Amino acid sequence: MSTVILLAITGFGLGAMYFLVASGLSLIYGLMGVLNFAHGAFLTVGAYATWYAETKLGGLPVVPRFLVAALVGLVAGGVFAALVELVLIRPLYSRHIEQVLVTVGLALCVSALVTAIWGTDPRFVALPSWTQRTTGVLGASIPNDRWIEIAAAACVLAGLNLFLRRTRYGLIVRAGVENRAMVTALGIDVRRAFTLVFAVGGVAAALAGVLAALYFGTVDPQRGTSLLIYAFIVVVIGGLGSIRGTAVAALAVALVQQFANFYASAGIGDLSVVLLLALVLLARPGGLTAAAAA
Amino acid sequence: MRRYVVPLALVVLLAVVPKLAIDVPVLFADGLNTPGTLQLLALMLVFAGVAFTYDLLFGYTGLLSFGHALYFAVGVYLAAIAMTKWHWGFWPSVFLTAALGLVLPLLVGAVSLRVGGIAFAMVTLAFAQAGSVLAFKNPGRLTGGEDGFGVDYTKLPSGLVGILNTKNLYWLALAYAVGVFLVGRGAVNSSPGHVWQAIRENELRVQVLGLRTFDFKLMSFVLASFLATIGGIVYLTLISGASPSVTTPDFTLALLVMVVIGGAGARWGAMLGGVVYTYLDHRLGDVAGSHAVSTLPSVLRTPIQQPTFILGLVFILVVYFAPGGLARLSRIGRRPLALEEIEA
Repeated sequence: MSTVILLAITGFGLGAMYFLVASGLSLIYGLMGVLNFAHGAFLTVGAYATWYAETKLGGLPVVPRFLVAALVGLVAGGVFAALVELVLIRPLYSRHIEQVLVTVGLALCVSALVTAIWGTDPRFVALPSWTQRTTGVLGASIPNDRWIEIAAAACVLAGLNLFLRRTRYGLIVRAGVENRAMVTALGIDVRRAFTLVFAVGGVAAALAGVLAALYFGTVDPQRGTSLLIYAFIVVVIGGLGSIRGTAVAALAVALVQQFANFYASAGIGDLSVVLLLALVLLARPGGLTAAAAA
Repeated sequence: MRRYVVPLALVVLLAVVPKLAIDVPVLFADGLNTPGTLQLLALMLVFAGVAFTYDLLFGYTGLLSFGHALYFAVGVYLAAIAMTKWHWGFWPSVFLTAALGLVLPLLVGAVSLRVGGIAFAMVTLAFAQAGSVLAFKNPGRLTGGEDGFGVDYTKLPSGLVGILNTKNLYWLALAYAVGVFLVGRGAVNSSPGHVWQAIRENELRVQVLGLRTFDFKLMSFVLASFLATIGGIVYLTLISGASPSVTTPDFTLALLVMVVIGGAGARWGAMLGGVVYTYLDHRLGDVAGSHAVSTLPSVLRTPIQQPTFILGLVFILVVYFAPGGLARLSRIGRRPLALEEIEA
């Protein structure tokens, strides 16, 4: 029983990271039709900015140091993402394939540059000691960092929902996902929403980077890419452009992966995620939410 | 008539390269007929061919696949496993690999072509990721995990083993590149090939004309994947080992970079891109180690030492400033573009 609880909560923690990466991807795709391959680069930028800030803040005690460094990471991720949209994506307006290609090039450049500067080896991040301990839940010892990951993702989910449902910009974003041409025709500058969505997606991805540093205890140049691939799977299963579908799919993918990796053998979980994707596509080609809407 | 003279002359010229004892000072470190240079040239030819197979999907049918590495990796890994772990002979291994190179894309294509556009890209990526996971996890000690494994060279035809036979490997690679080009051009100019290009331009319109686009896309997918699998086998003989780097998404991205740099959907474009990319990927490392670079300040030196960084940068610049790639760039100012090229 305790193993099941441990696996489930760890699965929730992993699902939280998938959700953070996938929600930004899904919004960007839904609004702009851009498959953002550079999303993993946002994560990398956030994670390395956090690590770098932490090494520079040597004098502080570890808890405020980590919090400040994490904040630096989030800001770095958001600013970087907004700049990418303004400088690289915007000139290729409505040329979707070229936009994808540019994000591919950017992803290659960022991971190569990070590798060139800091090497391929993982870098250790100093973490508050509380996160390294465990809490007993019904006989299972749960590492404390899992709670932070789950709480952060829940906050982002709630925040995104509030933003999309209750604010004017959220309304524009939602309307843009439905029908971008109509929003433009009504005289609203939808491009400002593009930058906003990129910045929000960048912050969420950077948060995923910080949480991944918490989860693994290290930052490394390849983690962005490896999380991104599962985030793609999550986005397709959840239905492109739907936050709620993304949340459900992120949990499903992470739980399947955790349980299959433990009970079958390592690697089977990763394969069963692909199998899950194939099954969903065969049953409902538009993803979970598309079928619900139909 | 002139259409055939230039390509034919190029092939003849490439075919006699192993017999030429010429130094090409800046371009290559050693003489043209030395094993080191021939190996690099052969790699360039193999990737020219594989890039062309990717172009069949991306440039001619308009299918953006992020999983092409899977089929190339099947060629490398299955042939290597059959020869080394199962102790099969060379030809049975090749036939088994070729058979899987037909069946696997048929299955994967049938599933992933149910979705279009970007979703298709993600689904192909997911399948390729499954292949990559398999290669890294080393099931049943077959794939050798992160390190890969060397092929049992006693199973290879004796003419393809050893430094002295590098010229034979080179000719094999040349034959592969030429073969892929002929088959690919033939397919593109056939009537299904015309449908592929029509799908690239406007899939809805092709459907309205009463054609099942799914069948045609699957055909393109299977042909491109099969040719990539054959390319994997050629690559295996060249490298005489399997390493998991050919299974990763980065490998597919490299193919995409080759095709875009060279020019997607242009006659020579993808092959030129494959040649240029492979050359830069191997030679930039030497440049980075040279004296001129090591005296640069570290702000400049660090990025130069990563070929991927430079190639990624070139790629972005090509997307912005030379959307047709090298193939279109070389044509500017020579003659007006044909109508099909303007629309492409």
